[in-house]
Amino acid sequence: MATPVPQMTPISNKDAFRSGMRAGIPVAVGYIPIAIAFGLLAKSFDMPNVITLAMSLFIFAGASQFIGVQLIMAGSMYWEIILTTFILNLRHFLMSAALSQRLETTSNRFLAAIAFGVTDETFSVASTRDESTRGHFVLGLNMIAFLAWNVGTWIGVFLAFGLPTSVQTSMGIALYAMFIGLLVPSLTRKPVIVVAAIAVLTQAVLYYGVSPFIPLSSGLSIILATIVAAGIGAMVYKEDEA
Amino acid sequence: MISLFLLVLAMALVTYIPRLVPLLWLRDLKLPPFVKRFLLFTPYAVLASLIFPGILQATTSLTSALVGGAVATSLAFLRVNLMLVVIGGIAGVYLVETFL
Repeated sequence: MATPVPQMTPISNKDAFRSGMRAGIPVAVGYIPIAIAFGLLAKSFDMPNVITLAMSLFIFAGASQFIGVQLIMAGSMYWEIILTTFILNLRHFLMSAALSQRLETTSNRFLAAIAFGVTDETFSVASTRDESTRGHFVLGLNMIAFLAWNVGTWIGVFLAFGLPTSVQTSMGIALYAMFIGLLVPSLTRKPVIVVAAIAVLTQAVLYYGVSPFIPLSSGLSIILATIVAAGIGAMVYKEDEA
Repeated sequence: MISLFLLVLAMALVTYIPRLVPLLWLRDLKLPPFVKRFLLFTPYAVLASLIFPGILQATTSLTSALVGGAVATSLAFLRVNLMLVVIGGIAGVYLVETFL
């Protein structure tokens, strides 16, 4: 692999951390309204506030928290809820694996802290930034996202009763706009275009062709589409074009 | 209440494990080139599969979601700051939902 050796920049850990936090601002902005919505949903289901806040503090995974609240209130079995959460979040395995190849060596304890903050959004930002070889950069990025997620949950649980719905629903697009903003500038190299196209195609097949007959969680279909697209990419493009 | 709290902790554990295991144990492993290429392509595959079909249900109507997505895509093509792409997407949805 002829990847260029990253320049050892004389940036201090503190500056890398700060620059990570700055890079995470779009993630934070996207998280707050969703976390508020989560807090509101849990409240509308009469979930105890402590449990709602604990979910954001300990789980820190949007989709599974929403689904968790719904399943708990629907009276699902605990093992079902735990299994669903596991399947839904298994996709982070691929992201942490990709991240593990980027990060410069750091202590295991530091990696354990970074791992807690790996989400779709923080991973997407990290993997499109050169600075993400620095552990402190990724930690800063994950930290601001985590803070925003928890602040949003608190607002949803305790404060948000008068938020106009038109504003709330418009915010739903925020994270997708961010994904688009991260993906589109990378679509200059053919292998990347092909991989992205295969992923969308696979998702379309799963969404329109399979899920009407066999229920597929969104987490599972993201895993399948990622494996198919990245797998074909790795098979077809043997040179280091990725 | 206690059992609910234990459930939350169990959910936290099964969420944390897939995040942690690769970071701790894949690093020092000498990965075969195929796996390396696979992991290099992973971010783009993940991003694309996150966008579609999720975006279709991101707002209250398909039209506003598509307009928001189109605004964000156009801005992203112009290479503007990521924050502006996000704000543009929100504004697009807001305008459609307010005036259509």
